[in-house]
Amino acid sequence: MLALAPQDLRLDVNALDYLILALYFAVVVGIGFAARRAIRSSSDFFLAGRALPAWITGLAFVSANLGAIEILGMAANGAQYGLMTVHYYWIGAIPAMVFLGIVMMPFYYRSKVHSVPEFLRRRFNPATQLFNAIAFAVAQVLIAGINLYALALVMEALLGWPLWLSVIVSAAIVLAYITLGGLSSAIYNEVMQFFVIIAGLVPVVVLGLIRVGGFEGLGQKVRESVLGEGALHTWSNTATADNPLGANWVGIVFGLGFVLSFGYWTTNFAEVQRGLSARNTNAARLTPIVAAYPKLLIPVVTVIPGLIALVLFSNLGKDGGPAYNYAIPLLMNEFLPNGVLGVAVTGLLASFMAGMAANISGFNTVFTYDIWKGHVNGDKPDEFYVRLGRIATIGGVVAGIGTAFIAAGFSNIMNYLQALFAFFNAPLFATFIIGLFWKRMTPWAGFWGIIAGTLAAFAVYIPYRAEILDLGTDLNASFVAAGAAFLVDAIVSVVITLVTTPKPEEELRGLVYGLTDVDLKDDSLAGDKAWYRSPVVLGSGALVLAAAFYLPFL
Amino acid sequence: MLFDIRRILGGLFAVYGVILVVAGLLDGAEEIAKAEGVRINLWTGVGMLVIAAIFLLWERLRPKDVPDPSDETSGDA
Repeated sequence: MLALAPQDLRLDVNALDYLILALYFAVVVGIGFAARRAIRSSSDFFLAGRALPAWITGLAFVSANLGAIEILGMAANGAQYGLMTVHYYWIGAIPAMVFLGIVMMPFYYRSKVHSVPEFLRRRFNPATQLFNAIAFAVAQVLIAGINLYALALVMEALLGWPLWLSVIVSAAIVLAYITLGGLSSAIYNEVMQFFVIIAGLVPVVVLGLIRVGGFEGLGQKVRESVLGEGALHTWSNTATADNPLGANWVGIVFGLGFVLSFGYWTTNFAEVQRGLSARNTNAARLTPIVAAYPKLLIPVVTVIPGLIALVLFSNLGKDGGPAYNYAIPLLMNEFLPNGVLGVAVTGLLASFMAGMAANISGFNTVFTYDIWKGHVNGDKPDEFYVRLGRIATIGGVVAGIGTAFIAAGFSNIMNYLQALFAFFNAPLFATFIIGLFWKRMTPWAGFWGIIAGTLAAFAVYIPYRAEILDLGTDLNASFVAAGAAFLVDAIVSVVITLVTTPKPEEELRGLVYGLTDVDLKDDSLAGDKAWYRSPVVLGSGALVLAAAFYLPFL
Repeated sequence: MLFDIRRILGGLFAVYGVILVVAGLLDGAEEIAKAEGVRINLWTGVGMLVIAAIFLLWERLRPKDVPDPSDETSGDA
């Protein structure tokens, strides 16, 4: 985790930078108040009224994943592993995002569910919903806590704010805008955060590249660094694990590119929720696909700064030197004068909060619909659930503060997040994909498949953590754990299906491939037929670009 | 929808752009040297003003990007 930073990480911020920071958060809270006036029903609070165009939900989709932990963590990976870090984007995200948009989103959106667990109840049974809802709710609170803790550590190191002050102030801001405006607030802020963080990072990259002599100079200096030539390639030496990432191509393609990635992007409700808030089926399908295009380019502002930091700061990641996670803050300190520095700090703080807000807005929906309404008390009037959602938001933020310190004790933030994904998302994807394409799959197969898959991940990962099982790197261990979860889930699902009773086809209409719901009317808008609004055309474009981007870095 | 995010984004970036352009014009030798000889505040400010202009123009030219979702009320499942 982020080691406590030495004194020299302190940024030289002045009143100008604080003005920029204060303006941003005034606007954020303002959006919360404005959005509050638009909330009349639970659909407005939890699904942003299902009225947003694809460019907004798409940017929110990419932004919900662009928390500061992700940004700092990917720059850290860039400095530690070199260009192989782009696998997290080009093979580890794009294919799954395109698949979500083209294949899965119509089922999610057209079934009118509020959440992923609710979809599981419709396709399988309430027990499956409850298990997934609780696992998701716990994971979201944990991740929100990690976010908060990491934010506080970074703010302490960069601005000298005491830990408790950062935690209270940022939790209060997130609490204010989500409680007031619900999902609309979260999504609008994610869109703003996206532009601000990019505006803060681009100057860092440009100035860093000027210092190291452009891309050519950077390549030259990386070659001479501790990482060496291997850091400039993505696929060479992946026949074995003898490369910076310590993973072979099977691990990268199936572990990262398939199991981890599809599990995360297609079933993680904090992401899928952005698509559910879109205005119609086509906009929902376009949500992850619109997001894929910025996602393709994000390595430019994460991996590249990581490499620049590697060649500029010789003690980065070494004993006594700053941790890898401080690659970007170190560069900000090195290059940015007051003004742009304020924008970069604002972007960083905003992305911590947006990450936390995505967790909290997913949490409040799942708590309200899937835990309370589904299993405690489901016959209250609509206003009751809006109020409950607001209370759940408060509870989630408070629990996030409380669990912030669970984040301590893990060496690398990314690995910790991935461990969580492996446990909860990898088996889920197996269940979804079988359930979507095999109408015979029974309700209890859904339930036991997910349980068995999750346990399988634990069975691999815990012995690894306890150093009983040797799986090489942390990264490789999460590949193996996710793969085990996927396989065990699939096998258990098939076996249980063969010995239990399937749902009648009537109940599966609109939830399984090939069983269309004839009552659903076409919700397309004028202009949806244009090629530039076609999920298949745009999705294929993203895939082609992802493959093409690899070519110079094989 | 009560308000258009394009106006808010355009407004925020316009204000940021103006602040940074002014800061950039006032930057002394020390700030410029720190940023590799680039007036980075000025250029970032100009960039933000361009983004602001794009959002505000887009909103003006296509004010109703968000259609009335009257036929798509999701109801309360």
